[in-house]
Amino acid sequence: MTNVTQKRPLSPHLQIYKFTPTFLMSGFHRVTGFGLYFGALLIVWWLMAAASGEAYFAWVSGIFGSWFGLFVLFCFSWALVHHLLGGIKHLAWDIGYGFEKERSTRIAQLQIVSSVVLTIAVWIIGYLWA
Amino acid sequence: MADMRTPLAKVRGLGSAKDGTMHFWHSRVTSVAAIPLTLFFLVLVISLNGATYQEVRATFANPLVSVLTLATLLIIVWHMKLGMQVIIEDYIFAERMKWTLLMLNSFFTGVLALVSIFALLKMAFGA
Repeated sequence: MTNVTQKRPLSPHLQIYKFTPTFLMSGFHRVTGFGLYFGALLIVWWLMAAASGEAYFAWVSGIFGSWFGLFVLFCFSWALVHHLLGGIKHLAWDIGYGFEKERSTRIAQLQIVSSVVLTIAVWIIGYLWA
Repeated sequence: MADMRTPLAKVRGLGSAKDGTMHFWHSRVTSVAAIPLTLFFLVLVISLNGATYQEVRATFANPLVSVLTLATLLIIVWHMKLGMQVIIEDYIFAERMKWTLLMLNSFFTGVLALVSIFALLKMAFGA
């Protein structure tokens, strides 16, 4: 049985497909989802710090406020916005909207641009607020 | 000893687990719920930028904020568990490794959910 499995030919996959915006966004959706899975630790850590006490919260805030912390948070927020937009797109596809070839390509291009623009906007609003 | 069973007989009953549709549906339901909740959470975090510890605690002492944050975390953690399960099942074919990772997925998301509940309830009830 093992022998049969080893000798079985594999159908070609990733390497034979033409590189398209929709293909790229599909990959991004999974990669951002994977990253957010571990990034959720940051949110829960921050909540736990707030619940723990002032000294620990100040220490955690210091880490989040360092250049590295801000960089990680920026990447996390971009992944969140990108996955959110991709999710809305997938829900639209699920009900049969936006699946046409040109339109789906256009949506994919729009998605990557708007995820970056919206993330920067969120950070600008955040700093204007403070 | 040669196996007398036909290839068909060997795979009968090894089809789908019959719960794929529910997995797909839960993934959609949690994603629909997560859209407004994520927007709420983004606004909350933005409003807390530069806030003092006392301000943060006062915000999470508000019942509406704590319930909505709890809903956000629980829905997202559930969505995470479903999503990571798909990734594991898509790429990991060694049975033992697959079961181990599926278990770790349950433990990790379970712990995140528990810690979120504990932290938010503690702040909500003001301890």
